[in-house]
Amino acid sequence: MFNKILIANRGEIACRIIRTCRRLGIATVAVYSEADAGARHVRLADEAWCVGPAASRESYLRIEKIVGAARASGAQAIHPGYGFLSENQDFAAACAGAGIVFIGPPVEAIRAMGSKSAAKALMEKAGVPLVPGYHGDEQEPAALQKRADAIGYPVLIKASAGGGGKGMRVVERSADFAAALASCQREARSSFGDERVLLEKYLVRPRHIEIQVFGDSRGKVIHLYERDCSAQRRHQKVVEEAPAPGMGAERRAAMGKAACDAARAVGYVGAGTVEFIVDAGGAFYFMEMNTRLQVEHPVTEMITGQDLVEWQLRVAAGEPLPLAQEQVPLHGHGIEVRVYAEDPDKGFLPSIGRLACFVPPEESAAVRIDTGVEQGDEISPHYDPMLAKLIVSGDSREQAVERMLQALAGFHVVGVANNIEFLSRLVGSGAFREGRVDTGLIERERDLLVPGAAPAPAEAFEAAALWTLLQQRQAAQQQAQDTAERWSPWAQADGWRLNGVARRQLHFRQAERDVAVGVQVDGAAFRLAVGDAAEERIAAAMVDARRLRIAAADRTVEAFVEPVGADLHVFLRGQRHVITVVNRLAQASAVEEDHAGLCAPMPGKIVALLAAPGAEVEKGAPLLVMEAMKMEHTLCAPGRGKVREFLCKAGEQVLENAELVDFEKFEQ
Amino acid sequence: MSVLKSNLRTGSDEFRANAGLTRGLVSELRERTREAALGGSESARQKHTARGKLLVRERVELLLDPGAPFLELSPLAAYGMYENGVPAGGVVTGIGRVSGVECMIVANDATVKGGTYYPMTVKKHLRAQEVARENRLPCIYLVDSGGAFLPLQDDVFPDREHFGRIFFNQANMSAQGIPQIACVMGSCTAGGAYVPAMSDEAVIVRNQGTIFLGGPPLVKAAIGEVVSAEELGGADVHTRISGVADHFAEDDYHALWMVRRIVANLNWRKPAQLALQAAEEPLYDPEEVYGVIPADTRKPYEVREVIARLVDGSRLDEFKSRYGSTLVTGFAHVYGYPIGILANNGILFSESAQKGAHFIELCGQRGIPLLFLQNISGFMVGRKYENSGIAKDGAKLVTAVATVQVPKFTVLIGGSFGAGNYGMCGRAYSPRFLWTWPNSRVSVMGGEQAASVLAQVRKDALEAQGKALSAAEESSIKDPIRRQFEFQGSPYYASARLWDDGIVDPAQTRRVLALGLSASLNAPIRDTRFGVFRM
Repeated sequence: MFNKILIANRGEIACRIIRTCRRLGIATVAVYSEADAGARHVRLADEAWCVGPAASRESYLRIEKIVGAARASGAQAIHPGYGFLSENQDFAAACAGAGIVFIGPPVEAIRAMGSKSAAKALMEKAGVPLVPGYHGDEQEPAALQKRADAIGYPVLIKASAGGGGKGMRVVERSADFAAALASCQREARSSFGDERVLLEKYLVRPRHIEIQVFGDSRGKVIHLYERDCSAQRRHQKVVEEAPAPGMGAERRAAMGKAACDAARAVGYVGAGTVEFIVDAGGAFYFMEMNTRLQVEHPVTEMITGQDLVEWQLRVAAGEPLPLAQEQVPLHGHGIEVRVYAEDPDKGFLPSIGRLACFVPPEESAAVRIDTGVEQGDEISPHYDPMLAKLIVSGDSREQAVERMLQALAGFHVVGVANNIEFLSRLVGSGAFREGRVDTGLIERERDLLVPGAAPAPAEAFEAAALWTLLQQRQAAQQQAQDTAERWSPWAQADGWRLNGVARRQLHFRQAERDVAVGVQVDGAAFRLAVGDAAEERIAAAMVDARRLRIAAADRTVEAFVEPVGADLHVFLRGQRHVITVVNRLAQASAVEEDHAGLCAPMPGKIVALLAAPGAEVEKGAPLLVMEAMKMEHTLCAPGRGKVREFLCKAGEQVLENAELVDFEKFEQ
Repeated sequence: MSVLKSNLRTGSDEFRANAGLTRGLVSELRERTREAALGGSESARQKHTARGKLLVRERVELLLDPGAPFLELSPLAAYGMYENGVPAGGVVTGIGRVSGVECMIVANDATVKGGTYYPMTVKKHLRAQEVARENRLPCIYLVDSGGAFLPLQDDVFPDREHFGRIFFNQANMSAQGIPQIACVMGSCTAGGAYVPAMSDEAVIVRNQGTIFLGGPPLVKAAIGEVVSAEELGGADVHTRISGVADHFAEDDYHALWMVRRIVANLNWRKPAQLALQAAEEPLYDPEEVYGVIPADTRKPYEVREVIARLVDGSRLDEFKSRYGSTLVTGFAHVYGYPIGILANNGILFSESAQKGAHFIELCGQRGIPLLFLQNISGFMVGRKYENSGIAKDGAKLVTAVATVQVPKFTVLIGGSFGAGNYGMCGRAYSPRFLWTWPNSRVSVMGGEQAASVLAQVRKDALEAQGKALSAAEESSIKDPIRRQFEFQGSPYYASARLWDDGIVDPAQTRRVLALGLSASLNAPIRDTRFGVFRM
């Protein structure tokens, strides 16, 4: 076994690998970009080496820098994690050249599976079932159109060099093919530097089921069962689970065998995943093989009780597989969700900012958090916006689902938009609970899963009001502590009045409506009236800096409140409500500014301007396309109006909130 | 022992009867206060808010720091006067924290007779300024007033303690470094124009505030000029052209925000001048004091039971406890502030008066504020006491009370009659604050006593003529006197006329006292030079 390895990655996976290494007594070397100097993986590792500036291609993708760091630190092996260089054959070769073990499959296996078209040809030969499609070298639009027409619609266009959902387009009809192809090629070129595509029959209501395989250097290959990753949004996995709902022993064995055959066909060593697409009838087709550890590997760990990173290390060190096929345990159910810094209400746009609050649920034998961030960290636009993976296990699927919902309700993130509530709604939806998940579910149920800001319940306003009142008390007392009159009766912000009671109104704004809460102090408690509702006597106390215990006559509930500027993020009964505190006095002093312009929702590059200056457009008309975080976003007209002028040009790099279009909105 | 041990039997019938009675008085007080706090009529209030203006108490509420206490002064001013048509005297005054600074707020209620000044309005305004001056509290005037109430101009305008004194006070407080801040939120006509003009810094609200010596009707009558109020003296005119005001506010909210900023920039510091202790609640529930107060005001009661429910940890370090026992004197703390207490526990004798004077000397020497708990029917009378010079001993107490320079606070917790009122720091002795309990009575002597004295005088006169006073004649003399004293001795009659700073719920006395005590510390405690004590 190694005694020191380098981890050529960042974020949660680097932290997760460090965890196993520490348990096994293996020293770890982290690498980091300048933007990540204070990142969690750097703090956790035994030593860390800077490999360049923030941009990945100048740091985490710099092969010679990373190999150099490994040699300088005396690391015997490199774990590439997932993404970055994990499936890069040049990197694997460079490691070999430097006498460092690459913890992954042989170079030939990476190469064989690296090109999707080549891989499929190979699989066809090995007898692994394939989806009808075209994987050839003809890339002329006209020729591809002909092929697509022959396969029959819907057809999927994929970047040959792609992965992770990028560079993919589903085309419903022949007429749309040309436009989709152009867009796909553009994205493929920018993401992978290779605009070649392949075509496939697009299955309706398909499921995505993958098999975890493992091979050792003695030629032995086994599988560790399946994972169902059907809950996807734009081909990005959102929820993964194992076992797959409805998976029988027979089909599991058949799929397992096919996966092992695929691995054997390329002489596979180490951890790999063979992805299948499964149609409604249970027929499965090979999609691709990922020659690395998957993001979702923890669900397999949950049901097998194995540590896959440990397996990787053992196999890379030349040891045999720890277990034979029939020895691999399978018990209970595991579910993983990916918590992303993205805004479901804004089309899942990645969100950046400082994590003002990052409080995951408590970990236990059944609840696991894999994360690369901590409260106070900055979520930058440079890398994948995944904040954490939340993994739970249960004796049954039902139990795992309940546990997941509970854990999500206790996951409090403020500072960046995130998908926690979306995940809760998804996991709690009827379709998911019943195991009726296919890859189109999220798109179909969009209205249910992304309902937009709904009016918060009165209880949320009560929580906001109570939190505000207790903060005012605390602030007044804190202020008194700094003066000579520490016990001053003036410092008690209890609204004391001579022979009477003070009635105040606190004003809030939420989901575009104003809500006033009438407040009256009543001994140690308060009388609150939300809007026109009847007054209610409520006692409240801070349990800690953010947890607020609220006791009304008929109920006691705990709220978690995090303030960000004028907003209060109130977490209550598993829901988050963003409630803005309206300070009438401060508001009066603020100069009103009318921003008719359209601003960049995030830093990025302008790809194309879609309207002519001076054009009058309808609401929703696309005005420009920008690319940010490797995704294209279209900015649309907020209403009927006139494009006065573009304040940016194609190819220009723009900052977040930069005004892009001078837009004149017409009066209704 | 310094910790007071209560002998009150809270389960007794007497306690329950007393408590029930006092609770009745307190709820009556709260109800009357609530009514007065409404201000003008429903229609007047609606008219006011329809113009985009906030009601006076909303203004005060928003001006104060969030959740801050407000020690209102004389909320029942003019109660029962002017056909009960001027609630709270038409002006809200009181102390509250603004941007962390304890300020005196004087806010006109334009829903009450257009905010015009009745005699009691003037008296309340001047009293607020007096409190501000004595305790060095920055003054904030929220102006919304039509000036003097013309039908009563003779009781409002000409005298020393009338309208003009407001500006005299502003000038002199400003001279003493006590900030004067005006916020013009409505009319500010004639004499009233001087409130912002005499202020150190002034805010005026657009389309609401106006300042002029003569309004449009007067201008038209006097010189024939036709001009709108806004052109004559609106916010734009005064902040851009005349310079009478300094800050232009969009609305009430904006104006109050500006005032808060002005106070935040005062660089106000409160001197530290007392050795403070950590505050502590009394050992006994202050509400139990309801059961201490006897139903019959003439009945004496143990004042230590009151003190035990007033002071920190119910601790009183008594001074001379074995001497002159009808006056309890001792050192205690309230909210951590040291205080010397003088409390009646019976009528005053020579010994008790001397003891009181001695104790006041101690507190004056040591710079300890004084609290007087008045429940006094007077000094002892009769040949023995007059001959042994009770008048000169009373004079010693009065001299000490009058000349000691530490802050003094007086609470009428029962009767306040005759010279006892003087010796125990009545209104004439300028306590920083004087509060009364709803059960208290104040008059030159008790009603029964006065009736008897007058009947006796009549009887003596008749006897000199060889006649006798019939029982019917006696009661025809006594009854109207009793009724007059009962009516005029009521705390509501007193509070309406500003003889005090407010009637307080006995259970709230501790907080009221602490707020006043803390506010008084804005002014430095000066050294005392006592007058000649007649020996």
